[in-house]
This record gives sequence, C-alpha cells and structure tokens, in this order.
Amino acid sequence: MATTKKKTSIKCEPVAVRTVGDPALDRELLQSMLLQRRFEEKVGEAYALGKIGGFCHLYIGQEAVSTGIIAQLRPDDYVIGTYRDHGQALVRGVAPRAVMAELFGRIDGCSRGKGGSMHMFDRHTNFLGGHGIVGSHVPLAAGVGFAIKYRGGDQVIVCFMGDSVVNIGAFHEALNMAALWKLPVLFVIENNRYGMGTPVEKAAAVDDLSRRADGYTGMDGIVVDGMDVHAVCEAAARAIARARTESRPSLLEVRTYRFRGHSMSDAVSGTYRSKDELDEYQSYDPIFSLRDAMVLASTMTVAEWEALEAEVAATVQDAWDFADASPEPPPAALYEDVLVDTTS
Amino acid sequence: MPIITYREALNQALREEMARDDRVYIMGEEVGVYNGAYKVTKGLLEEFGENRVVDSPIAELGFAGIGVGSAMAGLRPVIEFMTWNFALLAIDQVVNSAAKMLYMSGGQFNVPIVFRGPNGAALQLGAQHSQAFESWLAHIPGIKVVSPGTPYDAKGLLKSAIRDDNPVVVLEGEMLYNTKGEVPDHEYLIPLGKADRKRTGTDCSIITSGKMALVAMQVADLLAKEDIHIDVIDLLTIRPMDVEAIYESVRKTQRAVVLEEGWEVCGIGAQVVDYIQRECFDHLDAPVLRVHQADVPMPYAKGLEKIAKPDVAKTIAAVKQVMYRT
Repeated sequence: MATTKKKTSIKCEPVAVRTVGDPALDRELLQSMLLQRRFEEKVGEAYALGKIGGFCHLYIGQEAVSTGIIAQLRPDDYVIGTYRDHGQALVRGVAPRAVMAELFGRIDGCSRGKGGSMHMFDRHTNFLGGHGIVGSHVPLAAGVGFAIKYRGGDQVIVCFMGDSVVNIGAFHEALNMAALWKLPVLFVIENNRYGMGTPVEKAAAVDDLSRRADGYTGMDGIVVDGMDVHAVCEAAARAIARARTESRPSLLEVRTYRFRGHSMSDAVSGTYRSKDELDEYQSYDPIFSLRDAMVLASTMTVAEWEALEAEVAATVQDAWDFADASPEPPPAALYEDVLVDTTS
Repeated sequence: MPIITYREALNQALREEMARDDRVYIMGEEVGVYNGAYKVTKGLLEEFGENRVVDSPIAELGFAGIGVGSAMAGLRPVIEFMTWNFALLAIDQVVNSAAKMLYMSGGQFNVPIVFRGPNGAALQLGAQHSQAFESWLAHIPGIKVVSPGTPYDAKGLLKSAIRDDNPVVVLEGEMLYNTKGEVPDHEYLIPLGKADRKRTGTDCSIITSGKMALVAMQVADLLAKEDIHIDVIDLLTIRPMDVEAIYESVRKTQRAVVLEEGWEVCGIGAQVVDYIQRECFDHLDAPVLRVHQADVPMPYAKGLEKIAKPDVAKTIAAVKQVMYRT
C-alpha cells in the first residue's frame, strides 16, 4: 500500500476495534462527536453555497479530541483554541445556532458576526476564542492559568493547538513560564499529521511531539490515540486533575487525523497526502468505530443510532435555518466594540 | 508642591494603583528583585510581594501574551518592557491579541492591560536601542497610546491607563527618568485623549508629545525673547488624539510645526498635518512643517547621532520658516 505515514515515530497507532464504556456516557460521547461531524458537513455545504466566506477550517476526523477533553471540564474552567475551532465551541456548549450564525456572519453569531469561522468566542462558557495566528494563543492560555493561580482558584484552562505550533517561539515561551510558575494549564497538541500541507516529520526536529515537555521540569508529556475517545477521556482526566489539584501543567499530544483539507480551498488528498493514507485513517473513524463497538456490545441498537442521527440532523438543520434568518450586523455595528467606554 | 523625578512619579502611580486594586500586578524583566532596569518599580516587590511583582524570563512575546490572557480572565496587568525596542518581539500580542480581542469577540472580552516602558533614543545606544514607536502603535485601532513628557503627566496618565478597561500603551521617555517636575501630594488623574497646552502663544503652534514636549517648551521660551509667541500643544495621548485642541490652536495661530521624535515617513506628524489641512485649511498662512528624526537608523557616533535627532535648533528653524522670518 502506498503510504507516506511514518510508522516508526507513532506510539499510539489507531486501532479500529474499540472498547465500550458506560452506555449512557458512551451515548453522550457519541452524540457530541456526531453533532460536530454533521455540523461540519453542513458548514462545508454552506461554504460551497457562498453562505460562509473567508477561511474555514473543518474539524472532521478530530472530533474525539474535543469531545474527550472538554467532557472532563467544569463549567467554570476555560477553553482556548485555534482557528479550527467550531468543534470545540460546540462541545463546550456554545449553541449550534450561535456557531452557525457566526459562520454566516450574522448578528446572532456567538461573536456578533465580527469574528467568523476563526474567532468563535463565548463568555458564558468561558470559551476564550479561536485564534488565527499560529502559536499566539498559547501564551494567552498561560496567562489565564496565571490569573487562576493569582486568585487562588482551582479552575484549569485547556489550550488546543495544532502540531505545527510546537515549532514556534510563543509555544516554548509559554510552556517555560507555565512550568516555571506551575500554572494549571493543559496544553493539547492535536497532532493531525500536517501543518497545512507539511508533514510533522518535515517540520519538527523531534520524533515525538510530547517530548517537547521534557524541556520543562515538572511538565508531563503524554501521548494518546486521538481516534479513541475513551483513551482521550482518560488521559485528559488525569492531566486535568493534576492541573486542578497540584497546579501543574501537562503537554498532551493527541494523535488524530483530519479527514478534510487544511481549509476549504485545500483538496482532501493529492499533493501532500495520498488517497490511500486518507482511506486508512478514515477506517479508524472515531465516531463509527465507537458506534460499531456499541452495537456489537449491544449497548446501543441500530434503531437508537438512527434516532441519534435524526436528532443531530434536526439540530444542525435548525442551526442553519436560524443562521439563515438572522440579520446581518447593521452598519452601526462597524464602530462598536473597538474600545469599551467604561473606566474602572 | 513636591518636586520629584519622572521615575518617582511613575513609581508613585504604580504603587497607588496597586494599593487601590488588588487585580493590578506588574510583570516584566527585572521588575522585582532588581527594582526595574530603570528603577521604576523600586520597592514594589517589597511592598506587594512576588505574586504581584513578577520577574519574568527574557521572553517578551510570552509574558506579553500572559498579560493579555490574564486580563481576559479578570486581572489588570501592567506589562513592563525593558525598552520598547524589545517589545517588537511581542508586537503580535499587542496588535493581534490585545487590540483585537474586544472586536473579534463581538464585545465580550475586553483587555484591561498596560504595556509600558522606555521609548525613543537615549545617548549613543546605537540603531537597535534608539527608536520611537509612537506611529507603529498609534496605527492600531483597539488600543490607546500615551506619551508623557513631564513627571506630572507621567503619573496622571499612568494612573488613568491602569484604570482604563482597554489596552493602553505608555511610552515613557528613556531620557526622562531623571528629569524633575512638580507633582502634587494629592491624588489626581489625567484623562486619556486630552491634550495639554504647555505654553500659550498666538504666533505659531507646535504640536508635539512626550520628550519632544520639553523641546517645544524650550523653543517657546527662547523665541519669546524674540517676541515670537508659541502655542505648545502637548498631545499627551496620541490615540485617541485630541484633534479639537489642535484645531483650536491652529485656527488661532494660523501656523504650525509638528514636532516628533520618530521617523518622518508615515509618522505621527503626517497624521497631524492631515487633520490640520482638512479642518484648518482656510486658516493657514503657511505650509505646515514637520521636525523629526533623520530618515536613517540611529548612528552610534556622537556627532552623527546629534544631527540625526530632532532638537531645539531644528524646531526654531522650522518655526521661523513658517513665519517667513530668517
């Protein structure tokens, strides 16, 4: 089989066969992942129709990462991420309507139509944004950790980032200070194998990205299979507990794969990765592998799955209809939100 | 009224605001044990402890970002850059994070942060340590930029900057820390966005800010002896700029010189001249002239450095030119 995947450096090879867990929890995990999948597929459609503009980066294939990690958080914890942020926003509890309206550039979007695909924000869920400059948000996460510690709180912040971030200075500066000052931050590398079209092994002078943690005393480096939502849950739960109770940062590398292009303008396969490689990873689909395992273990029936699909489809269609009906921001909004008026 | 240094005035502002609001903390290189590279934070570690006076590694991008993140989570950081020259490493956090967060979040996340430190050329520090960044920073919507020239202004503006709910850049004059001036005992604030008339005159306006305000005042005092009376408008805040103060002065004097420390091209002076030509065109009796640094990286050699910098003589020459005197 023609493949460009480098197996030598992969500790966590995806496996197609999954274990099952608590049926109710499994159903929640499945629902969370499926919502992201169907939502993102709809986003792809809307983009093709011109309802969504600009850069748009789909999360399809990586759903187990957001679902598994955010499920371990409390409502008063914080989440921050990159421009590939739709999935995390949904899992964190930002309403599908508000995310879709933001993508459509409408007033009811979670950032009032001023952020767009790359800048989802929601104060109510402590969702501190999608950020568009690679690596730039990693120090922000350390800053939130600093604020938590400053106030003596026991919250944590999870910082999602792509694999290309580990090569930029901001990442190292932030990890150094997070370790030095023992900040309650979980840094999550979503290693989907490519920084845009450049494979990890052509960009990082380290075989195993979690080893970047070795440079910072007290920081654990962990690798986990990102196609296995249970494994993600377990690894995240441990790292988050360490952050919460010991105020110690961790670097969690989640081996995942993006089934779509880097952005909407990027072909799914061709120039930098082969169809065979894509097909192989799609066989490890985090959603369908869990579904199959559940059906096999009789913790879910096919009818229940179909009902879940229908429920999610209805939610996504409702988000679309809502976004489509939401007005565009009025011209007066142009000059709003540049500065706040109040002075404390 | 007590006479204190610019450095002491800034120190008082920090101390008072930290005592007033426990969300205010200071972070930067050498701000704690070392008392600050320029001693602006002297004694603060002792008074407020290491939780609130935080010595950072030399990592401008990192600690500027930590400041922004902590502000999003409710703190009110004062980030000290050892000099603004080093802050270029952190400009992404100033421009892409601090300045844009409120807007791109649709008004949900404001960033109450102060970025402060010495700006502009000192003496023979060479090209990389001798730059004035007013125009770089004032270009950006979403932040405020202040540039105090006197101890009084430094204290009042820094206090207001710390209390402001927006990102505020405070450009301190590297050559000003030892300069002295009157600063009252009682608490006061200087509102951001308001200029200050430092000298009153009817013959020509000089519009300026920061260290150059001192040059403008010297020019005004010298020219007064020649019966030329200068209206010195010290902008104090460069963004948002007090354009009404500029218009009022220029409509009165009908002549103007814009004096700035930085380079000419796309400088603050270019913006001021644009405001003047738009709003005071019919009042002008002469083209508006600009005085600024020579359009070169700052040389080390003493003589070259002197002729590269804007100064009293160059400003007097410009004033005389707009007054058609020789």
